[in-house]
Amino acid sequence: MTTVYVPRDSAALSLGADEVAAKLKEAAASIDRPIRVVRNGSHGMLWLEPLVEVVTERGRVGYGPVEPEAVGDLVAAGLLDGADHELCQGVVAELPWLRNQTRLCFARVGVTDPLSPEDYVTHGGLTGLRRALAMPVADVIAAVTDSGLRGRGGAGFPAGIKWKTVADTPGELKFVCCNADEGDSGTFADRMLMEGDPFTLIEGMTIAAYAVGATEGYVYVRSEYPDAVRTVRDAVAVAREQGWLGEDILGSGSRFDLFVRVGAGAYICGEETAMLESLEGKRGMVRAKPPIPALTGLFGRPTVVNNVLTLASVPAILAGGAAAYQALGVDRSRGTQVFQLAGNVARGGIFETAFGMTLHELIHTYGGGTRTGRPVRAVQVGGPLGAYLPATDLDLPMEYEAFAAAGAMLGHGGVVVFDDTVDMASMARFAMEFCAEESCGKCTPCRVGAVRGVEVIDKIRAGQDPDGNLALLGDLCELMTEGSLCAMGGLTPMPVRSALLHFADDFSPNGGGHS
Amino acid sequence: MPILHRIQAEFGFVDSDVVPLLAAELNISRADVHGVVTFYSDFRSEAAGETVLKLCRAEACQSVGAERLVAHAEQVLGIKVGQTTPDGSVTLEQVFCLGNCALGPTGQLNERVRGRLTPARLDALLAERLSR
Repeated sequence: MTTVYVPRDSAALSLGADEVAAKLKEAAASIDRPIRVVRNGSHGMLWLEPLVEVVTERGRVGYGPVEPEAVGDLVAAGLLDGADHELCQGVVAELPWLRNQTRLCFARVGVTDPLSPEDYVTHGGLTGLRRALAMPVADVIAAVTDSGLRGRGGAGFPAGIKWKTVADTPGELKFVCCNADEGDSGTFADRMLMEGDPFTLIEGMTIAAYAVGATEGYVYVRSEYPDAVRTVRDAVAVAREQGWLGEDILGSGSRFDLFVRVGAGAYICGEETAMLESLEGKRGMVRAKPPIPALTGLFGRPTVVNNVLTLASVPAILAGGAAAYQALGVDRSRGTQVFQLAGNVARGGIFETAFGMTLHELIHTYGGGTRTGRPVRAVQVGGPLGAYLPATDLDLPMEYEAFAAAGAMLGHGGVVVFDDTVDMASMARFAMEFCAEESCGKCTPCRVGAVRGVEVIDKIRAGQDPDGNLALLGDLCELMTEGSLCAMGGLTPMPVRSALLHFADDFSPNGGGHS
Repeated sequence: MPILHRIQAEFGFVDSDVVPLLAAELNISRADVHGVVTFYSDFRSEAAGETVLKLCRAEACQSVGAERLVAHAEQVLGIKVGQTTPDGSVTLEQVFCLGNCALGPTGQLNERVRGRLTPARLDALLAERLSR
C-alpha cells in the first residue's frame, strides 16, 4: 500500500486539489495499485500547490504544482514510486524553504492529517498540555511570560501579562476567546493553521483556560473561511471524544469546552472588542477601552482574547520550555513569527522563523522576487493598516521595534509585494476607501475621516490646489491617528502617509504613470 | 448570529418578515435585530443569483491584477459589482480577502475558492457553471 498526500488546505483546493485527489485514485485503480490518500494541510509552499507527496524509502517525495489534467501522465511516469519528473521537487522535508525554517507553531502543518488524533499525538501533540496540567497555574503563566511571547494578531501585547490579569481578576465565569477573524490582506497563517493543525489551537486554548481559570471558550472565525470553520468544528468534536475537551481534561479534573462562532463579513470584527460584541450577537461596534477585555470582556466577564497563532504557539512553549523559546529572536521580539509572503511574488507562502530576518532575504532569497519578473517597487507589511515600504528599505530586520522605529508596523507578519506598475496614490486612496467601507461607524474620525480622505486624495490627484489639499490630508491623518477609538481609524493613515512619504511623485496629476 | 446564518442558509436571504419574529423570540427589540442584519455584509435582504461570484479586491490581489479582473467580469456579465444579472443567474460581489493571498487574484464561485484567476480562466469557470 502506497501512501499519497494531497493537501486539503483551501489554497490547494483553489487550484484543484480535490480533482487531483480524485484523479489519483482513478489512475492508481486503473493500474491495480492500492493507494491510501491522506488529505494533509499545506506545507506553505503555495507556489507548488497542489503539492502531491508520495511516501518512499527516501522520505516524502513531492510533485508540484500538479494540475488535475497532469495526474494521469504523472502516475504513468512513476509518481507512485517517487520517480523523477520535471514536476518532482525531491524529498519535501529537505527543500531549502522548509529546511531553513524554525517551525514551532507550524511544526505539524502539512505533515499530518489535521483531524487524526493519532497523528497529532505521534507528532508531539498534547506534550505541552500535559506539562501544563502538572504545573501550578502561576507557573504556566510565568512560562508564557518568560518565553517573551507577544500577541501575534498585530498589536504585539505580551501574552503572559494579559493572562495574569485575567487570572488575577476574581470571577466565577471566565472565557478564552480566539480571534480567528483574519481579515487582513496578505495574511493566511491563521487559516492554514486551523485547516492544517486545528488540535494545536485547541490545545493552546485549553492551556490558556487552565492558566486563567476559564471554563468556556469561543473561536470566532470569519465567514470567508468556510473550510477552516468546518475543520475546526470537526476537530472540536474529535477533541471532545478523546477527552481533550470537556468535564475532565486528560483525567486532570480540569473542565473546559469550546465553541465555534462564524462572522458575517465585517472586517472590524477582527478588533477584539468588536469581536466580543459580535460574539454576543450584536453589531460589531468597537467598545471604548478601558475597561479592557481582560477585566470586562465577553458578557462582561474576564476574558482572554488572543489571536490564533498566539494560542497555537503556547503548546510548543510549554513542551520545549520558556527558555528555549526565549532564546530565539532578537531584542524584545522573542521566539518565532509565521511570516506570510503574498501578492506579486514568485514563491509565496508561509515562512516560520525567528524574528530578525530581513525583508530583503525573505522576499528575494526565498520569495524569488516578483511573480511578474519586474522590479519590486513597494512592500506592505502588517496588512491594510501597515506602512508601504520602498524597495530601498528592505534591509529592515523583521522585528516589532525596528519596524516601529521606521514608522512602520510588523503586525502579524503578512508581507504583500508590489512590482513597479503599482500606482501608490491609488493604493493610498484604497486605504481610505477600505476604511470608509469597513468602519463600524462609532467614532467620527474614522467614519467621516475616511470618506473625506478619499475625496481629498482625489482632489490632489486631479491637481486641485495640491499644496493646500496635501496639507489638509496631513491634518486629517493626524486627527484620525490621534482621535480614533481603535486601530482601524488610528492606523489607516499609516499606509497613506508612508505612500506620501516614499512615493510622492505618484500623487501629482501626471503621476501614477507607472501603470 | 448563528440563527441568522441558519435562516440565510435555508432561504438564501434574511426576509424582513423574520425580523419581528426573531425579536419576539429573543425578547429584544426589532431595531436590535434589524441593526444586526444590516451591519453584516453577509446577510442579504433579497435572494442572490443562482451563482454568486465574489472577487477579492484587497491589496494582495490588487498587486496581481484584481482590478482588471473585476473590470472584465463587469463587462462580460454586463453588471456592476453588487448587482445581479437580469435573468437572475449571476450575482457579482466584491470581497476583501479570502486568505489566498499568495495565489491571487482570488475569487469565490459559490462555495469554491479559486486562485490564480485570469480573465480566460474566469470565463471558463463561469461558462462551466452556467451550462449546468
